[in-house]
Amino acid sequence: MSECAKAIKLSGADIVTVAVRRVNISDKKKPLLMDYIDPKKITYLPNTAGCFTSKEALRTLRLAREIGGWKLVKLEVLGDKKNLFPDMIETLRSTEVLTKEGFKVMVYCNDDPLMAKRLENVGASAIMPLAAPIGSGLGILNPTNIEIIRSQTKLPVIVDAGLGQASDATIAMELGCDGVLANTAIAKAKKPFLMSLAFKDAVIAGRQSYLAGRIEKTIYGSASSPTTGII
Amino acid sequence: MKKIKKIKIKVNGKFSTINENLSLFTLLNQLKIPLKKVAIELNHEIVDKKKLNNIKLRKDDKIEIVHFIGGG
Repeated sequence: MSECAKAIKLSGADIVTVAVRRVNISDKKKPLLMDYIDPKKITYLPNTAGCFTSKEALRTLRLAREIGGWKLVKLEVLGDKKNLFPDMIETLRSTEVLTKEGFKVMVYCNDDPLMAKRLENVGASAIMPLAAPIGSGLGILNPTNIEIIRSQTKLPVIVDAGLGQASDATIAMELGCDGVLANTAIAKAKKPFLMSLAFKDAVIAGRQSYLAGRIEKTIYGSASSPTTGII
Repeated sequence: MKKIKKIKIKVNGKFSTINENLSLFTLLNQLKIPLKKVAIELNHEIVDKKKLNNIKLRKDDKIEIVHFIGGG
């Protein structure tokens, strides 16, 4: 737990996703997350990781709200145990219900621009398209779709799932995303603390690069030295 | 002296035997649950933490006590 807290601090993360699980009542000495990560300093984002139906997801988030009045939540309804892709029909339905109940819902979704638009239309607070399957480390498989999703909405776009190394975070930020969500890429790196730092720098670099505005691509060369006064 | 009747309930998936008419509040106190850091469900319905004292437990009640752990 203390390692986790240290990695979060090093990465400069603003938000940490949390899951709702049973309290261990037989071992009361087991430390609580809140003893290590102060919810006043880092925003806790309750999420429904591991839920496969809308019903489970709604139950989880209603409980989360009860723990501490959290309204900002991350919705994730999975449809396939093998690749952990989201079930977008259930996700869309749940987003609608939760929004009506007053939740601010950040939604894990596939990288389909049409679905992203529909989520926005039912009240999503942020769009969180996957880069690749959760925990796969494949990086951003479809940057074009992420770019389209970015361009069609004013909502925050946060690339969620599938990042493998720091440069993937840079690419996400250069596509105009507002942030990235990373767990496995850091937690399972050979040196997690070093990878936390790398992700921090990568996100900052990507954002600055996006704001700076990249040059146009061309297939021809163009000299950067003046052509006048050549000897 | 009247003998106190015992009842069986389930807490976080495990059977537990308690005195009949025990309040949910007392049970959570006995279990040393930090109320501010948890949410409680009684028979699949979320319990308002302000009303814990008014809830008397009954036979076969199912209680879930949950909290946050890290995980995305």
